[in-house]
Amino acid sequence: MAYGAAFNPHAEHPASDSHAAHPTGLRRWLFSTNHKDIGTLYLGLAIVGMFIGGTFSILMRINLQSPGHHLFSDGQMYNVIVTGHGLIMIFFVIMPALIGGLGNWFVPLMIGAPDMAFPRMNNLSFWFTAGGMCLLLLSTQMEGAPGANGVGAGWTLYAPFSTLGHPGPAVDFGILALHTAGAGSILGAINFITTILNMRAPGMTLHRMPLFVWSELVTAFLLLLALPVLAGAITMLLTDRNFGTTFYDPAGGGDPILYQHLFWFFGHPEVYIMILPAFGIVSQVISTFSRKPIFGYLGMAYAMVSIGVIGFVVWAHHMFTAGLSLDTQRYFTAATMVIAVPTGVKIFSWIATMWGGSIRLTAPMLWAIGFLLLFTIGGVTGVVLANAGVDHVLHNTYYVVAHFHYVLSLGAVFGILCGWYYWFPKMTGYVIPDWMGKTHFWIAFIGSNVTFFPMHFLGLAGMPRHYFDYPDAYADWHFIASIGSYIFAAGMIFFVFVNLYAYFIRKEPAGNNPWGSGATTLEWTLSSPPPFHQYEVLPRITGGDH
Amino acid sequence: MADAHAKHHDYHLVDPSPWPLLGAISAFLGAVGAIMWMHGLSIGGMRCGPYIAGVGFIGIVYTMISWWSDVIHEAQDLHLHTRVVQLHHRYGMMMFIASEVMFFVAWFWAFFDSSLFTADQIDYARVAFTGGTWPPKGIEPFDPWHLPLLNTLILLTSGTTVTWAHHALLHDDRKGLKTGLTLTILLGLAFTCVQAYEYSHAEFGFKGNIFGATFFMATGFHGFHVIIGTIFLIVCLLRAYRGDFTPKQHLGFEFAAWYWHFVDVVWLFLFAAIYVWGTGGGAAVHGG
Repeated sequence: MAYGAAFNPHAEHPASDSHAAHPTGLRRWLFSTNHKDIGTLYLGLAIVGMFIGGTFSILMRINLQSPGHHLFSDGQMYNVIVTGHGLIMIFFVIMPALIGGLGNWFVPLMIGAPDMAFPRMNNLSFWFTAGGMCLLLLSTQMEGAPGANGVGAGWTLYAPFSTLGHPGPAVDFGILALHTAGAGSILGAINFITTILNMRAPGMTLHRMPLFVWSELVTAFLLLLALPVLAGAITMLLTDRNFGTTFYDPAGGGDPILYQHLFWFFGHPEVYIMILPAFGIVSQVISTFSRKPIFGYLGMAYAMVSIGVIGFVVWAHHMFTAGLSLDTQRYFTAATMVIAVPTGVKIFSWIATMWGGSIRLTAPMLWAIGFLLLFTIGGVTGVVLANAGVDHVLHNTYYVVAHFHYVLSLGAVFGILCGWYYWFPKMTGYVIPDWMGKTHFWIAFIGSNVTFFPMHFLGLAGMPRHYFDYPDAYADWHFIASIGSYIFAAGMIFFVFVNLYAYFIRKEPAGNNPWGSGATTLEWTLSSPPPFHQYEVLPRITGGDH
Repeated sequence: MADAHAKHHDYHLVDPSPWPLLGAISAFLGAVGAIMWMHGLSIGGMRCGPYIAGVGFIGIVYTMISWWSDVIHEAQDLHLHTRVVQLHHRYGMMMFIASEVMFFVAWFWAFFDSSLFTADQIDYARVAFTGGTWPPKGIEPFDPWHLPLLNTLILLTSGTTVTWAHHALLHDDRKGLKTGLTLTILLGLAFTCVQAYEYSHAEFGFKGNIFGATFFMATGFHGFHVIIGTIFLIVCLLRAYRGDFTPKQHLGFEFAAWYWHFVDVVWLFLFAAIYVWGTGGGAAVHGG
């Protein structure tokens, strides 16, 4: 993807944008119609969410460090923390960071567009997300189960936990939090799809588009088609709870399994929504630091498309123990395993990109390789769990917890941090010293593996999820997992320090392109940080097709 | 247009706007107020849920009016909607309708989950309630060939009148545009009235049974969309009287027409599935 050479020199961006005309202060940040500012707002929200959700996980690990539940007085309170951790991390950390944050920042920059297609709606997406986060945080302060505050039904909000089990208003706050944030995400998806399909610079065909943009395009389609189904599902939950309908109540002819179907029809695409943009980031980073175009570009792009399509027809593998017929379980086992094929295409293409490349082990590259290793582990345990027979044993055990943290915590979050270290110079104009990013990587790599690898053993030994206490037999691995989480948390505190140091103290200018000739995408042709409105003359792409 | 002087492209870089923030705050207040209302919660002894919800609702309506007024102003007076910007809006509206389709998928899913699988022995509690048939035992559904058929005809006719208005507009026949739109709006209002009349004569309740839940929520959300579509068309009629829309550029009208066809199609599926098939045209056969 040699855009650099093909880039039209006449399209140099005059830094002439008259600063007086640009909004400043509150008007700039509250009423923003600028994709970079809105991206920054999203990233800020994700960082706030990361510390709330991260604190929740540390509370869980403190409680589970040894048998005897010394932190939480009852299991409901523990489950409220579990639920809050899940919902915050998914809806208010990973999604805002990958899509609203890095997507907003870099999709227009990478396709040569001056902004998003609907700049005002972009801001509405952000404020809806922020409003949803406020509603979710409020829910922890409201009565849920009788005599206890907050939602303890898990992030899936299964009926009847979320109906009969929580008569108080906390669940309604949670439901409307998801409605609000979901509306923001649907509008964001419309914005991304329109931007990517309509605003590519002259000459940038779909097949010349950077893979990060491809990943955001597929993600946006998944959001657009999956979230409305969740909206319907939780609207039924709302009317069951407050207006006497019986969608999920067999006593009135309803069916709690209906909720699971509707939820997972959204929920499974949702896990790809969280990982695809990380795929995109890792593709850019591996290509940049191997100083090679990505291996099998078209295969990489269409692997993401097929993951997105197949992701819509595998949802019931989350429900193997819910009483599905054997034929249904057979189909969903087979369909789920098919996903390993395009995923394998991606893994091997990343490796093949590095093969023979002149690899530079910079901080972002370390995060990308870490992602590759850990996501692969999570993917392999996913194939194990895809087997309905095996899943009957492992369902709702810590094996599942280990699996989805390997793909999300060690996959999506490593992807976010990979992107952060890669694009921090572009966003801020300052360089993060490489050794600091590397140090953070090793702390996080050790910490997260020490946390989550033992959970496989706990799960295989039968330790169930959502329990705040356990028999002594599980004590050793739980202790080790807790120590790992403290290491990871120390890494996150170091991360804050790294950013403050690089931005406020060291202030080493990044220049247009701190990563050298491997970084060929359009954003590196701009100043760092880019002008308030970039590409006032559109760039022309004349490079070869793939 | 902060720096129109420097830009050499056809995209519309929108000025900062207060409406997104106001809209989101209003939605937040609406949500909080609605929950307080539903649960009878009070602040300092005052049950203010309905008032908070009301403020939120008014805020949302105010936001929509202001925001779309800005859009119309930008398109019509400032000529900022270049061809590519118009294309953006077309894509946006198509995808908005696609997401609405997926929203209705959820309600149809709930309907077919309960009407197709009536006698699975594993669902013993459901079978005990429904008697293993659809409609469930004791439910007296509507005759589809009575008011529902009338409503089908009303909506299909309104689909033709809106097309009439569209063709009139394309031929710069302003009178035909207004007549076609007026007829469409009247038919839309007639549909809503017939639906309300039908609801008030239902022999089954909304609460406590899956038939009423799926029927009223699916047709109710459709009816809500008909009302939104009617308001959309009324706005177009007012704009037509104001002299808006040209034969070449009339996205607001086109989107109202798309939306109207969308609610029309959803109704056809509702009519075929819930009214005809679901009231004895087939569902009960495999149940009993």
